[in-house]
Amino acid sequence: MAVNIKKLPKKPYVMPGHAACPGCPESMGFKYLGMALGDKAVVVIPAGCSSVIQGLWPRQGFGLPILNIVFAAAASTASGLARALKRRGVDAQVVVWAGDGGTADIGFQALSAAAERGEDIIYICVDNEAYMNTGIQRSGLTPYGAWTTTTHTGKRQFKKPLPQIVAAHRVPYVATTSVGYPWDFIAKLKKAASIRGFKYIHLHAPCPVGWRFDPSLTAKIAQLAVETGAWILYEYENGKLRLNPPSNRLIDPEKRKPVEEYLKLQGRFRHLKPEDVEMIKKEIETNWEEITRALKIQGDL
Amino acid sequence: MAVSESEESRKRGVVAVVEPAGHKLPLSMAGPGAMGKTGYWRTQRPVVNTEKCTGCYLCWLYCPDNVIEMVPGKGPRGQDIPVIDYDYCKGCGVCAAVCPVKAIDMVDESKFLAKEKEEGDGNA
Repeated sequence: MAVNIKKLPKKPYVMPGHAACPGCPESMGFKYLGMALGDKAVVVIPAGCSSVIQGLWPRQGFGLPILNIVFAAAASTASGLARALKRRGVDAQVVVWAGDGGTADIGFQALSAAAERGEDIIYICVDNEAYMNTGIQRSGLTPYGAWTTTTHTGKRQFKKPLPQIVAAHRVPYVATTSVGYPWDFIAKLKKAASIRGFKYIHLHAPCPVGWRFDPSLTAKIAQLAVETGAWILYEYENGKLRLNPPSNRLIDPEKRKPVEEYLKLQGRFRHLKPEDVEMIKKEIETNWEEITRALKIQGDL
Repeated sequence: MAVSESEESRKRGVVAVVEPAGHKLPLSMAGPGAMGKTGYWRTQRPVVNTEKCTGCYLCWLYCPDNVIEMVPGKGPRGQDIPVIDYDYCKGCGVCAAVCPVKAIDMVDESKFLAKEKEEGDGNA
């Protein structure tokens, strides 16, 4: 599904003057959500940066109907909302817009339960790789070696493979995407909206404040993460795995940029020793091996 | 007379809904400036060079604050050009970083304002 940038809706779904930090990937991503789904979307937001970005009463910074809810209940609230709207005959698509803490750690049981029940919602995990809103604490999705205020010498554990965990629930659609590739995100949202059942999209969102880089580099760092192979764009459609551009040509390690290019721009990796960089490279290799193995079993490689 | 919250909210152009139990709830309505004029946060000011601009829409697409509006056919070569709302632009510089032809320059805000003031005095 190709996206023509010039034909995207001009209606503002993120209002100027909201409360996000300069260069925020979440408000960028929310814009694409509005562009893809339009006024059909009803958004459930658990605690996180996005509940703050909306700003102060009587104005709000997001141009879609929003229900703010507690951390642990995002997916269960969305389930009820989707069923109620369906019963009332409202043509709407309920979307959960949760952070990585609200997805991988605190909201995980509700997410898993909603996936198992096959609720008709789109669950978007906006992964900025730590609890940014409360002051950059580590989460289950913080990568190896990253500095946070609770891992001063770098995290010693690896990132949870959340898209694979959700795909193991055998839901109809699971995808990973990045704010650096808005056309990819918009196309995946449109595809997800056309499928009935539980859909999960994992959005990689580099945070200038928490990752310690210049706010102008948000989109560039998101693109570098993909080009170096540290973040892989793929989708599971009815259990069938497919790599998406530009990740599909990066299956050959020769074509990937060196991961140091991605790491050196970020202050959170400043303290890394050469052996830590080796560990990160090994983790990237393991992720790609898993993908390659799955593609081979399918007979696509 | 004491104004109840819902009346207050109606005064300020905010819809108050009545839920089934009869309570009136104030609702925030989407609109610009939820945190006031965020242009005051800016230290770097994006300035568009319309001569270089090709009208590719990338700055408009990536702008996290949605302050860029594309004006069709207003460029010197008839291309669409971006117009930035400086009341709300936070000066993050994402637009300048994603521009493929480097048509957006980030200039120091305080120097820009000083220069503008100087020129303004000269004209008067």
